[in-house]
Amino acid sequence: MTWSVDDVTLNSRLVMGTGGASSLSILEQALEASGTELTTVALRRYDGQARDSVFALLQSLGIRILPNTAGCYTARDAVLTAQLAREALETNWVKLEVIADEETLLPDPVELFRAAEELVLDGFTVFAYTNDDPALAKRLEDAGVAVVMPAGAPIGSGLGILNPHNIETIVSRAQVPVILDAGIGTASDAALAMELGCTAVLLASAVTRAHDATAMARAMSLAVESGHLAAHAGRIPKRPLAFASSTFDGMVTPA
Amino acid sequence: MTDTITITLNGEHHALAGPTTARDLVSSIVDKELTAEGTPVDGSRLGIAVAVDGEVIRRGQWSDFTLREGHGVDIVTAVQGG
Repeated sequence: MTWSVDDVTLNSRLVMGTGGASSLSILEQALEASGTELTTVALRRYDGQARDSVFALLQSLGIRILPNTAGCYTARDAVLTAQLAREALETNWVKLEVIADEETLLPDPVELFRAAEELVLDGFTVFAYTNDDPALAKRLEDAGVAVVMPAGAPIGSGLGILNPHNIETIVSRAQVPVILDAGIGTASDAALAMELGCTAVLLASAVTRAHDATAMARAMSLAVESGHLAAHAGRIPKRPLAFASSTFDGMVTPA
Repeated sequence: MTDTITITLNGEHHALAGPTTARDLVSSIVDKELTAEGTPVDGSRLGIAVAVDGEVIRRGQWSDFTLREGHGVDIVTAVQGG
């Protein structure tokens, strides 16, 4: 049931983000309820308020940190941010996020690919946040990224998985783990991602902005687990018409 | 008397009283004593990185890196995100 990146074995298939939580204590409860073992942070200028930092919180919970390059529009900015993250947080892992515009927050394919190539050469273990485009996903894998992370829908939209067929295609052709990243709104979305064959699910807003973040974190944890089990349980084929589960033999009929 | 050195720190003008290394600057900003290797004396993890004019200065080099007039310094840390 485990999965691994770089010989690091992970039990939980739920990767959490820390954005959107209204307080560190709510975040802490949600992270614990989620059972996550890998969680993203962003990198920003130090403002003196970092005493009770998210870095300290993740360390105390024993959760591995996955720094991201959120907010970067160019390969150049993303590479510098990744290098700063490696230095600050002492990890080669990076969630590479290079966005095209503020409105969609969707990845800019050209800058994303350039940054991926550069970071792979620089020794990073790249988790590439990408569009739900099977061709781009393949190119990123060929460039050496460790994990491909297609968006289900725009970040924070809660729209779920808009193109399940593309996600399935990406999974079926990938030799590296595929993590469904972004767009998850509720538990059924996370379960669907796993049923489509994803290795894991990454989400933040769906939990941190839920009315009851802790309850939603638990729901996501169960959804990811049940989706994973279902994906490997050999589901029944879909049929156009009914297929009786009770035998018609021995039916009681009026005399 | 020593001349004041003006740098840009996290996007704002910042005056240094005299010759200052990157380690001195980080130490004063985070209010922690640092070893020559740039790690906190108290054994904790700092969670901080430094870039000068867009180039990362590795922790182990902070003690040897003296800031000059006009340097653009960024000191960054992890925040909630993603």
